[in-house]
Amino acid sequence: MGFRHKDIIALKDLTKEEIELLLDTADNLSEINQRDIKKVPTLRGKTVINLFYEASTRTRTSFEIAAKRLSADAVNITASTSSVVKGETLSDTAANILAMKPDIIVMRHSVSGAHEYLAKRVSCSVINAGDGAHEHPSQGLLDMLTMRQKFGKLAGLKVAIVGDITHSRVARSNIYGLTTMGAQVFLAGPPTMMPPGVERLGNVTVCKDMREAVDQADVVMMLRIQLERQGKTLLPSMREYSRYFGLNPAVLALAKKDAIVMHPGPINRGVELASSVADCDQSAILKQVENGVAVRMAMLYHVCGGEPVE
Amino acid sequence: MNLLIKGGRVIDPSQGIDETMDVLIADGVVLELGQGIAAPEGTQTIDASGLLVTPGLIDMHVHLRDPGLEYKEDIATGSRSAAAGGFTSVACMPNTSPVIDNKAVASYVVNKAKSEALVNVFPIGSITKGSKGDSLAEMGDLKEAGCVAVSDDGKPVCNSELMRRALEYAKGIGITVISHSEDLALVGEGVMNEGFVATELGLKGIPWAAENIAVAREVYLAEFAAAPVHIAHISTAGSARIIRNAKARGVKVTCETAPHYFTLTDDAVRGYNTNAKMNPPLRGESDVAAMKAGLADGTIDAIATDHAPHHPDEKDVEFNVALNGIVGLETSLSLSLKLVEEGVLDLKGLVSVMSCNPAKILGVDRGTLRVGAVGDVTVIDPAKEWQVEAAKLESKSKNSPFLGWKMKGKAVYTVVKGQVVYQA
Ligand SMILES: [Zn+2]
Ligand SMILES: [Zn+2]
Repeated sequence: MGFRHKDIIALKDLTKEEIELLLDTADNLSEINQRDIKKVPTLRGKTVINLFYEASTRTRTSFEIAAKRLSADAVNITASTSSVVKGETLSDTAANILAMKPDIIVMRHSVSGAHEYLAKRVSCSVINAGDGAHEHPSQGLLDMLTMRQKFGKLAGLKVAIVGDITHSRVARSNIYGLTTMGAQVFLAGPPTMMPPGVERLGNVTVCKDMREAVDQADVVMMLRIQLERQGKTLLPSMREYSRYFGLNPAVLALAKKDAIVMHPGPINRGVELASSVADCDQSAILKQVENGVAVRMAMLYHVCGGEPVE
Repeated sequence: MNLLIKGGRVIDPSQGIDETMDVLIADGVVLELGQGIAAPEGTQTIDASGLLVTPGLIDMHVHLRDPGLEYKEDIATGSRSAAAGGFTSVACMPNTSPVIDNKAVASYVVNKAKSEALVNVFPIGSITKGSKGDSLAEMGDLKEAGCVAVSDDGKPVCNSELMRRALEYAKGIGITVISHSEDLALVGEGVMNEGFVATELGLKGIPWAAENIAVAREVYLAEFAAAPVHIAHISTAGSARIIRNAKARGVKVTCETAPHYFTLTDDAVRGYNTNAKMNPPLRGESDVAAMKAGLADGTIDAIATDHAPHHPDEKDVEFNVALNGIVGLETSLSLSLKLVEEGVLDLKGLVSVMSCNPAKILGVDRGTLRVGAVGDVTVIDPAKEWQVEAAKLESKSKNSPFLGWKMKGKAVYTVVKGQVVYQA
């Protein structure tokens, strides 16, 4: 089967088969990343525009490398949200970019739903590189790829996601993707960061204590706490947060022996993760980054109408 | 010129009337009600058989955007929209530019309405100067210039002391205070109802507590000041409960809700639909049920639309930055007639909340077909089916979540002071 979507906006929209296809393709393409000459002609002549309204060197670079390894021409546009303030709307920007005839727009935007808005107005493909607190599908896919590589499957895995669920697009994409694939998701975090009805997003269990979530987990996924965003109302202090919701060796010991630790990066060392945990053998953080390129290659490939890679 | 509306089912709760009869209007005033009225020479006749004949409908909460924001709506287009929706009177909010906070601006609205409006336009003045929440506006002058109420609609009066004094002062001069009730700290950066849909869409939520807390404050201030207060656009089950309890112990509180709050839930926001973005936001199922229960038991006194026209450029943007509000004048009656079909209200109840009660709350001599009253009449075809289409809306703006909806029931004649100003 082929991939029938023009855009990839949300993992919520993808079926089990479609997610599997993307992961399989990423697995196949990752071989290219091991070669001496890391380039194939697959997307030669295609233009990919990386339109980033939010600074994110990691994600942008990862998409840029992915495009270049498939021989697409990748252009980066860093649009400050100040142009919005000056009166240039997203639809104006979109019209201008579209006039340059790109094949794919990869966008990062601080507003939830911005991609859905854009995708409805442009004929080219739109890939969501993160929208507000909504979704971050490439991160969800690279996380799932990392888990699948380690455990051989996703169905039946117990995944703990810990931190600021309310503001996390990474959490939402993982919840949708993982539950679609048959994994069990356990959430933990301060009650001020747990959004209402979250258990209805999928087969999700909300735990009062992070130790409950981590207990017997195959995967412990820690979310980044945005120090600047939590302000004065959501948390008493970072010190207290790290004490009750940070992952230290003692809490990690509750997980299965071969459990892996994940984090979307960049890490606040000593807050979400003790340094010793971030750097331990169980840490899959660098593997996630590596898989990011392959997953993004797969996404670019399939929105361009690619057939499954044999 | 005289107007004879013949053989309609006349529903006038102000006189306890629900029967088939004729209505004769002469010189803009109701002259006679009864069976088989003979039409004097030169009388225009409307055959109303099979139709409902009611006191002219009153929308006590609309935004006409005039002066200052006429690109969204103006007094002429807003009044045409009202007439097409069956409204013979509207009360317009003062969040114009400049704000209606003094006699000059109020007089501008009154005078422009006199020359351009199809329906009665009653301006509402602001509670505080510039609606800034710092000091009281000159309410005496506002009333003298024709304002029927005061409100800082769009913004709550955050300072409780100032709100207390506003209620006391307004009571003294006999003008209604209308409260836009929100606790802004709780609203924060919220853009829709806090709940599952917001969780799923990743949008910041506005908790129902933000409304309830502010409504509770107004109730206690009204009780303490022994002064009446009217709460605009309630949307939560809690607001209805607080007001029900307050009424039971004799507090002079009245309130309105809008058709969207008893018709839609926050599900309508899915797809980041900016035409479902409004303030207060669309809520959950239990709140929708509570609006119906509140209308059924009389807790909610009025249906008002909060008609809030916006230019397409202000809605065709990402959800977060879209402006709040929807147009409502032309869909209100059909959506409200559904309540009759559902058994929430009987026809008398419907006419009470859409005409008699708003007239009473605002203290205007409308909302009745009593002999001698102003000849404002709405003639409704309860069976007429129609579809909401942007191109056919009279309002300058088309920001409605009901576009494409099939509706049943519509005003077919709108009569102001004996003149037919709209005919379907
Ligand atoms: Zn308001
Ligand atoms: Zn309003």
